Formats: sequence, C-alpha cells, structure tokens
Amino acid sequence: MKILVAISNVPDTTTKITFSDNDTKFNTAGVQFIINPYDEWYALVKALELKEAGKATTVTLFHVGLAESEATIRKGFALGADDAIRVNAESPDSFFVAEQIAKYAKENAYDLILVGKETINYNGSSVGGMIGGLLDFPFVSLATKLDINGTTATIEHDIDGGIQVVECPTPLVISCSKGMAEQRIPNMRGIMAARTKPITVVEASTDAPLTNIKSFTLTAGRTTCKYIDANNVDELVSLLHNEAKVI
Amino acid sequence: MSVLVYIEIAKGKVKKASLEAINYAAQIATQLGTTATAIAFNADAAQTEEIGKAGAKKVLVVKGDQYKTNDAVYLSAAVEQAAKAEGAKVIITSFDVTGKSLAPRLSAKLKAGLVAGAVDYPTVNGNVLEVKKNVFSGKATATYTINSDVKIISLMPNSFPVKLTDNKAEVADFAVDLGGITSKIVIKETKSTDTAGMVPLPEAELVVSAGRGLKGPENWGIIEDLAKAIGATTACSRPVADMHWRPHHEHVGQTGIAIRPNLYIAIGISGAIQHLAGVNGSKTIVVINTDKEAPFFKSADYGIVGDAFEVVPKLTEAIKKLKANN
Ligand SMILES: Cc1cc2nc3c(=O)[nH]c(=O)nc-3n(C[C@H](O)[C@H](O)[C@H](O)COP(=O)(O)OP(=O)(O)OC[C@H]3O[C@@H](n4cnc5c(N)ncnc54)[C@H](O)[C@@H]3O)c2cc1C
Ligand SMILES: Nc1ncnc2c1ncn2[C@@H]1O[C@H](COP(=O)(O)O)[C@@H](O)[C@H]1O
Repeated sequence: MKILVAISNVPDTTTKITFSDNDTKFNTAGVQFIINPYDEWYALVKALELKEAGKATTVTLFHVGLAESEATIRKGFALGADDAIRVNAESPDSFFVAEQIAKYAKENAYDLILVGKETINYNGSSVGGMIGGLLDFPFVSLATKLDINGTTATIEHDIDGGIQVVECPTPLVISCSKGMAEQRIPNMRGIMAARTKPITVVEASTDAPLTNIKSFTLTAGRTTCKYIDANNVDELVSLLHNEAKVI
Repeated sequence: MSVLVYIEIAKGKVKKASLEAINYAAQIATQLGTTATAIAFNADAAQTEEIGKAGAKKVLVVKGDQYKTNDAVYLSAAVEQAAKAEGAKVIITSFDVTGKSLAPRLSAKLKAGLVAGAVDYPTVNGNVLEVKKNVFSGKATATYTINSDVKIISLMPNSFPVKLTDNKAEVADFAVDLGGITSKIVIKETKSTDTAGMVPLPEAELVVSAGRGLKGPENWGIIEDLAKAIGATTACSRPVADMHWRPHHEHVGQTGIAIRPNLYIAIGISGAIQHLAGVNGSKTIVVINTDKEAPFFKSADYGIVGDAFEVVPKLTEAIKKLKANN
C-alpha cells in the first residue's frame, strides 16, 4: 500500500494578512509559512501511523508550489515521510491542484490519497472531491478515524448532524479532519534524515485555470464594543431585541 | 439555458440551506435573463411546493433509493445529466457537508470552475462570473472570476435570505441513467449527534458558546438554560472539546466548523485568533468575560465584563421575561 499525502503551504494561523499589487496578491513578505494544519496533524500523521503499523509501505508527500516551499516539505520529511513530489507552479485554485495530484497518482498507482479538510488560506474543501471525480475514485470527506485492513478502509467521518462509519475498498481519496491523529513534533533523528530525502520536481500541466482571484479585501473589523454593566443585563436584552433585532 | 440548483431534503423537510440556494439561483437567473430549475431527490408534493415558493420555476424530481444517503457518486451523475438536459451553465449548491462532496466532484466531471463558500451575489461580466468568498479563515474576502463555460458556486450557509412567495413551480419527473455507476462506499453505521429541539450548528441563527472559563463540564447547565431560553444552539471552544467537556461536533473555529449566525454569545472564551476564524462572520457578537482585556472584546458588538456564573443566569431570566411579554 502506497500513500500519497497532499500538503499545502500556508501562513501561520496568527499571521496578520496584507495584500500587495493593488490588493491583487497576498503579501508574503515576513510571513512564516507552515504545513496546513489539517495536512500535517491529521493526514500526514495518520499516514505515518499506518506505515508504522505495517499497513503501508511508503508515504509520499505531494506539493504544488514554488521552490520557497521546500522548507515546508522538509518539515514533512522530519516527521517521517519517505519522499516528495513538488509540482513547480503557483496554484491558481483547488482544481489545478487536484489535476496535478490526480495525474501523478494515476501514473504511479497510489492506493490511498490523503488530503486535509481544507487549506486555512483559501478554505476550498474541494481538492479531495475533485481528485475523486477526476480519477473516478470514491471520496470520503471529513474523516475523523481511519483503519486499513488489506485493501479495505474503515472510516469514521462527520456527516450533517451525525457521525457515520463506512467501509470502502482502495484506491480511494479521504479528506482528514480533527480526530484522525495527534499532532507530533519532529525529533532530532527525523530532522537530520530530512536533509537527504529526495524531492522530485515536476512541471505542471499548462491548462488554463478555471478560476482566478481578481482582488482581495480585508474583512472590516467591528466598530467599538458597547459595554453593558454586569448588573444591568436587562439593558443587553433590550439592545439585542430593539437595536440588533436578533432576539 | 437555466440556472440549476441542487436541493437537499433532510428529516422530511427542504433544508434551510437549500432554500437559501434557490433564492440565490433565482437572483442570478434574473441577471442572466433566465429562470431557476431545482433538482430534488425523492421529493413529495409538499416539498416541491416549498421549492416553488422559494423561487424555482421548475423542479426536476429524481426518484431512487441510491440517493437516500447523499452519496456524491450518484448525486453528481444526476446533477450532471440534469445540467445537460436543461442546458444549465450555472449550478448552485450549498457549502454544507453534501455540497462539499458534490460540487467538487461535479466540477471535475464537467471541467467547471468552482467557487466554494460564496458570501455575496455574483457580478455577471459577459461570459465571466465574479464571486466573493471568504479567504484566510475569514480575515479577508477574495473576488474570484469563473472563466469556464459551466460554472459552479457553493454558498456559505446563513449568508443569504430565504424569501417565500406564492410562486408555483412546474414539477417534472427526471429520469437519470445510472447504468454502470455504483458507489463503492458501504455505510456500516450512522449515529445522530443532533440534540432534540436544537437546530444543527451549521444552520443555527442563534448560538450560545462557552469556553474554558466555565471551569468544567458540570457547569454547562447555565449555558444550556440560556440557549434554551433564546432558542439557540450550543457551541464551544476547542480546548473544551479536546478535554471532552463537550462533544467534538460543538467545536467552532479554525479546526472546528465555521459558522455565521445572526447572534453569537461567547461566554468564558478568550477570543484567540483561531477561535475568531470560525465565528467572525456572525452578525452580532456578545462577549461575557471576567477579564476586561480579553481579546474577544475587540471583535464584539456588546460586552459584559463579569463572572459567567453570576451574569448568565440573570441573562436567562431577563430573556424569559422578554419572551413572556412578547
Ligand atoms: C492551529 C491552531 C488551531 C486552533 N483551532 C482552534 C479552533 O478551531 N477553535 C478554538 O476555539 N481554538 C482553536 N485553537 C486554540 C486557540 O488558540 C485557543 O487556545 C482557544 O480558543 C482558547 O479557548 P478558550 O477561550 O476556551 O480558553 P482560554 O483561552 O483559557 O480562555 C478562557 C477565558 O475565560 C475567561 N474566564 C475565566 N473565568 C471566567 C468566568 N467565571 N466568567 C467569564 N469568563 C471567565 C478568561 O478571562 C479567559 O478569557 C487553535 C490553536 C491552534 C494553534
Ligand atoms: N498547493 C497544494 N499542494 C498540495 N496539496 C494541496 C495544495 N492545496 C491544497 N492541497 C490539498 O488539498 C486539501 C484541501 O484544499 P482545498 O480544497 O483547496 O481547501 C489541503 O488540505 C491539501 O491536502
């Protein structure tokens, strides 16, 4: 069983967001990049657990991005991934990423493709379902537990208003959410080994993107908070009823 | 040519998120000089009537047991065939659990550009649609252009109104050819996490949420009482779910779910940026916290600096009084 884990490179969650070029580009100056938390904490660590349990042979990282993001890939190596593919392109949207992953996974016969629930920068929640559609593979979204026995995956995942347990044969695509695994910290041996693990760089297919970002706008903060005395909750109720009109 | 909108029926009713989607589809259809067609699965007469009232000119009813589990393999085949039959160039779904499986699969099948989680009506610019969605977990919005021939937009729940009129839709059965299509996903068990009498969190317009300031799970009674008095759904911060004080599905924020209720009351929550990422789209935010320096006050509309254990029961009583007088 070969596992492909798609990792994206995102600004650290506490980053103050700014834009450049007339609000058409995300300003990366001074930004600390990390592996998208869903990809690292859940997808990658789950893949490593499956390998440690003898249920997978290799864990390959897949990243669409420019050379700057190799530091992020090395972090994935430090955690224990075996090798990596980097598609040398800036991704315009989820579809572009899904196409690159689908093409590579098909040519190289991956059994299990793990992606994160969503990226915390573009919040698409789309790549996994798109890979499923492109390859005609089953796709299970928002997985919180996963086990593999032979060629059957048993998955617990979130559904509307509940939790569902499903079984599905490989090959398949799974998007990973909180619960799948626990966050790990790389150890010294992992960090040393990461330096020499191979990253294969491939060029992207050149199809015109289906969507583009035209411009960004920062979300306006709230105007000042109205404080109400703790002994005067009636006033809050009255404001919620008459001013905000929410109750 | 029409605008096609995917409808979900849950617990015998058309989902609110789907009613919002119909309204949105009808708006775009007007801009494009056409009408909205809905596709609904195993819908009965009352349900198709409601779909009409929400603004659809036509309802395609697809029948079959395969659709009962909302498996995107079957749904996407049906929506794809309906889009072709209707000549639809724009397809609308909700950005809810089903929408997050269905819309991407359709996008791949139709090579259709997808904007996932739209928060505003689109602008039509020749053959290009411009659509706004939240990015950077709510810290910004981006305007996307969709350049492909067929375009898909999924909508952030609670971002658009539902307007019911006396419009009547034409109802037609729609036959889907599922020849050769079988899903390999086998459902073994389904457990409901819904609390009786509470609107599920992603759809809730009123939310009462609490954090580590509550000190322990045994203290949640005051939160539940307040939620009940308002008719709200309960939520929590991440550490509260991590410590199993509250169930995992109540956790909101960056790693939990993102919500946009009309009212979000945050009690004993500090307002860390990762928490705000999931709630800063709320229309009105109330913060109750002992620490007047708590960062959450900077994102609040109304604030009470005070002890939850004193303030919350009083607030519950005041709300009961308001309800009794109205
Ligand atoms: C990558 C990443 C993702 C994360 N994702 C999420 C997420 O999705 N959701 C999330 O919530 N967090 C998330 N976090 C964690 C987040 O950073 C905060 O640690 C968390 O939100 C804090 O929870 P809290 O406000 O309940 O607790 P605390 O920060 O401990 O705050 C408790 C608050 O209660 C107040 N208080 C104490 N006693 C009382 C009282 N008697 N009455 C009233 N107020 C009182 C205190 O003044 C304090 O402000 C994430 C962190 C990281 C690094
Ligand atoms: N540039 C990228 N390179 C590799 N994987 C990615 C990239 N962007 C997104 N992904 C994967 O797809 C998942 C969902 O992304 P999205 O649908 O864009 O929110 C992420 O959690 C990653 O696993």
